[in-house]
Amino acid sequence: MLEWILSALIVIGAFFTLVGSIGLYKLPDFFMRLHGPTKATTLGVGAILTASVLYFSFKTDDISLHEVLITVFLFITAPISAHLMAKAALHIKLKRVGRTREPADH
Amino acid sequence: MLATALLIAFSLVTLALLLSFIRLVKGPDIPDRILALDTLYINAIALLILAGLHFGSSLYFEAALLIAVMGFVGTVAFSKYLLRGDIME
Amino acid sequence: MKKLFPHPVLTLALWGIWLLLNNTMAPGHLVLGFILAFSISLLTSGFWEEKVYIRAPLMLLRFLRIVLWDILIANITVAKLILGRNRKLKPGFFYVELDIRTPLGISLLANTISLTPGTVSCDLTEDRTRLLVHALHIEDIPATVKQIKERYETPLKEVFTEC
Repeated sequence: MLEWILSALIVIGAFFTLVGSIGLYKLPDFFMRLHGPTKATTLGVGAILTASVLYFSFKTDDISLHEVLITVFLFITAPISAHLMAKAALHIKLKRVGRTREPADH
Repeated sequence: MLATALLIAFSLVTLALLLSFIRLVKGPDIPDRILALDTLYINAIALLILAGLHFGSSLYFEAALLIAVMGFVGTVAFSKYLLRGDIME
Repeated sequence: MKKLFPHPVLTLALWGIWLLLNNTMAPGHLVLGFILAFSISLLTSGFWEEKVYIRAPLMLLRFLRIVLWDILIANITVAKLILGRNRKLKPGFFYVELDIRTPLGISLLANTISLTPGTVSCDLTEDRTRLLVHALHIEDIPATVKQIKERYETPLKEVFTEC
């Protein structure tokens, strides 16, 4: 039973990691590319880390929670780096795809 | 079962690394490259955790944590450089 | 008590991180971690201008549950959007008028927006009243803004009120 859950978590995690990179690869402009990695990779790595917590907790009978640190760290830092990159891209006036809707004023 | 899942996961994450690397080479602009590098860090973390599961060792955790910290600092430094033309304020 | 623990949330967080890093609950580490957390938060208290107090812990837990659930849904939606035909996507920028005023509240709201359905916060105006958000695929801007305000801003405002 545990093995099934672990396998599912690992494959789902790896799949979402791949989806993030596919987004990075195939979306047309920078601001759209930003969405792939910031979302998909956090859940992808999160699922793999959950699998790691379960695996090491059951393997050694001691609860192993330190993987949670990486998950929490990624969930805090991923939006911050996305925000900074978007700010930098806005600052150097990076071109967007023509159909992008601009904000109401400015 | 677990071995098969790990094998599939390894190939998926490796493909993800490859796609991020192509974006890193292709650009076309600096923010794209920063984003590709950031994604590469996160993919590397995933790969390291998978390796830890594969070899049954918790040592890989430390490396993954270090990459997470350093990757974040690197991304922030690059973005700040673009914003201000200077890293230290 | 206030003098000894100027930033109780910081002390608790540092203690927790120390225990997680060492991956243990051994009494020795409990004591050492507490001493470190206590002295670091006391020594650096001058650097933290904003005092953080959690007004409604239960509200915070409910908020976390909502956000985690939304992240899960968001990932599936974004995965579908990415794997589908990219030509059909309608990206767009829009502003969210902020009611929240504290720096911590604004940064938490921006983080939440970046983590949830197809939106990334891009910039904050100089006067800290509006947040520029980019969406991967957006049909109805006012509805999305309303959802962000009701779902995330209202609970955050209640949890972290200034005192």
